[in-house]
Amino acid sequence: MKISVASGKGGTGKTTIAVNLALSIDNAMLIDCDVEGPNSHIFFKEPMVKLKDVSIPAPEFDLDKCTYCGECAEFCQYNAIAIVGEKVLFFEELCHGCGGCKIICPEDAITEVDHHIGIIEKGGSKDIVLYDGLLNIGEPFGVPLIRELKQFADDSKTTIFDSPPGTACPAVEAMRDTDFCILVTEPTPFGLHDLTLTVDVIREIGTPFGVVVNRDGIGDDRVERYCVNENIPLLSKIPNDLHIARLYSRGVSIVEGLPEYKATFAGLHDKIKEMV
Amino acid sequence: MVKELAVISGKGGCGKTTIAASFAALAKDPVIADADVDAADMHILLDPQIKKTETFTGLDVAQKDDDACTDCGECFENCRYGAFDPDFTLHPEKCEGCAVCALVCPVDAIQMVERKAGEAYISDTRFGPLVHAKLHAAEEASGKLVALVRQRAKEVAKEQGKELILIDGPPGTGCTVIASLTGVDLVLVVIEPSLSGIHDSKRVIEVARHFKIPALVCINKFDINEENTEHILEFCKDEGIDVVGKIPYDDTATKAMLVEKTVVEFSDGPLAQTIKATWKEVEEALS
Ligand code: SF4
Ligand code: SF4
Ligand code: SF4
Ligand code: SF4
Repeated sequence: MKISVASGKGGTGKTTIAVNLALSIDNAMLIDCDVEGPNSHIFFKEPMVKLKDVSIPAPEFDLDKCTYCGECAEFCQYNAIAIVGEKVLFFEELCHGCGGCKIICPEDAITEVDHHIGIIEKGGSKDIVLYDGLLNIGEPFGVPLIRELKQFADDSKTTIFDSPPGTACPAVEAMRDTDFCILVTEPTPFGLHDLTLTVDVIREIGTPFGVVVNRDGIGDDRVERYCVNENIPLLSKIPNDLHIARLYSRGVSIVEGLPEYKATFAGLHDKIKEMV
Repeated sequence: MVKELAVISGKGGCGKTTIAASFAALAKDPVIADADVDAADMHILLDPQIKKTETFTGLDVAQKDDDACTDCGECFENCRYGAFDPDFTLHPEKCEGCAVCALVCPVDAIQMVERKAGEAYISDTRFGPLVHAKLHAAEEASGKLVALVRQRAKEVAKEQGKELILIDGPPGTGCTVIASLTGVDLVLVVIEPSLSGIHDSKRVIEVARHFKIPALVCINKFDINEENTEHILEFCKDEGIDVVGKIPYDDTATKAMLVEKTVVEFSDGPLAQTIKATWKEVEEALS
């Protein structure tokens, strides 16, 4: 089974829920899809080891053949190419690697080369394998990296995906094709607002989902009321506990520092199994 | 000259919007831009009256005419984003708008059509004009929407003779962050002293470096882990980055949020005082 853990807003405890869930159930693995800020590895002692490079294709221009006709620049939907007089300007960071310019070039002046966008790493502990991805600094598009990362899911295991925050392309890519999505939120106005946005997205994608309220007690009951009104299952509530925040700041998981929580997370998993 | 200040953080939920909203209250005559278009929260605290709404069209999306299609398979072969099934069914939600399928289709069965990706708003608030936006569910052009929000904020600043644009930026290091940072005069990086907060902030500071933008740091909830706070202070010293604020953990921030107010309006306690002092330093660095 594939379970994604998502939240509209960062810092709601998404990684905490993902890591502790993985640590509380048998035969689990963890894939951290937050390639702009992967944090799951912080909860494991072993350092991450680089597994592979990830590249997307980018055009290279053969200036002996190019006639500066400008067709490639006109075609590129992302404005990654500009032809200025007898000069080809290529903006690598805007290129999505679609291959269109190569197809359209009448002079066969374009070939494709690898443009490195990031790496995939492997780590974890003896019980749990963890994969994560690291987008290069200054590189805007993490989606191809997330797509590669998702390939590492092992169907014989329960795979937990830690999604990037937000509701844009990287988050959508991580939530897509999973069997269940846990939406993590806080019981505050910001938490509720971001939850409603994420609910819109997950309904659009069509994955079954439920809500976990983290830091229960800091705010009010507006998230719970929303869930009741919208018929969204409230899966679990994790109390606002300064012990948890302190453990977190040191990179210690809840179930390691406060083993009594193991039952909470195992119960969360049981609920999800029932629903899928 | 209009100055642009972006408040960002590598990691979400570290209090960035709480601080940015208080800055909006403290700043003299700002234009406020909420560039966290994926999870725009600023409006919750600022109670905007929308004056102008515009539709945001993202990248075009492929549309297939099944009657014209001859099942040649060129589109499936050439789409690099998995938007076509092997039986040539098109899934528009996976389309990245590259137009390659329309280019290769021998019978012109594919058109690229406009899609509404969201809305941008110009509003009035009690602190000045706010430019904000909403991206439709699962839309994929947020970097562009951020660029639009910033463009409109600049226009408003020009029209109304404002001298500061205060940008509440998104988390991460990807396209929305880059779109929020390019060309600003100063970034304030809000860091929470957790290992993950430090890890992500270092990455976002590198992004600022990459685009050669001066950065300041403010540590939020510094007392959650004083050892990590020390680490941040040392890191900033080594990197030559000024730390302009050490803000304590204080549930006043949540209390103010529950009544939809900024911290500096809600109370005049220690939290508000520290935020005010931090703003003073940021203001000085800007001038
Ligand atoms: S389409 Fe080919 S020939 Fe024309 S400008 Fe581009 S690279 Fe040069
Ligand atoms: S590969 Fe696609 S995105 Fe990249 S430059 Fe060519 S047309 Fe533009
Ligand atoms: S426009 Fe590009 S991404 Fe969209 S379906 Fe066509 S080839 Fe695929
Ligand atoms: S390329 Fe055109 S004709 Fe060929 S399968 Fe695709 S839509 Fe049909």
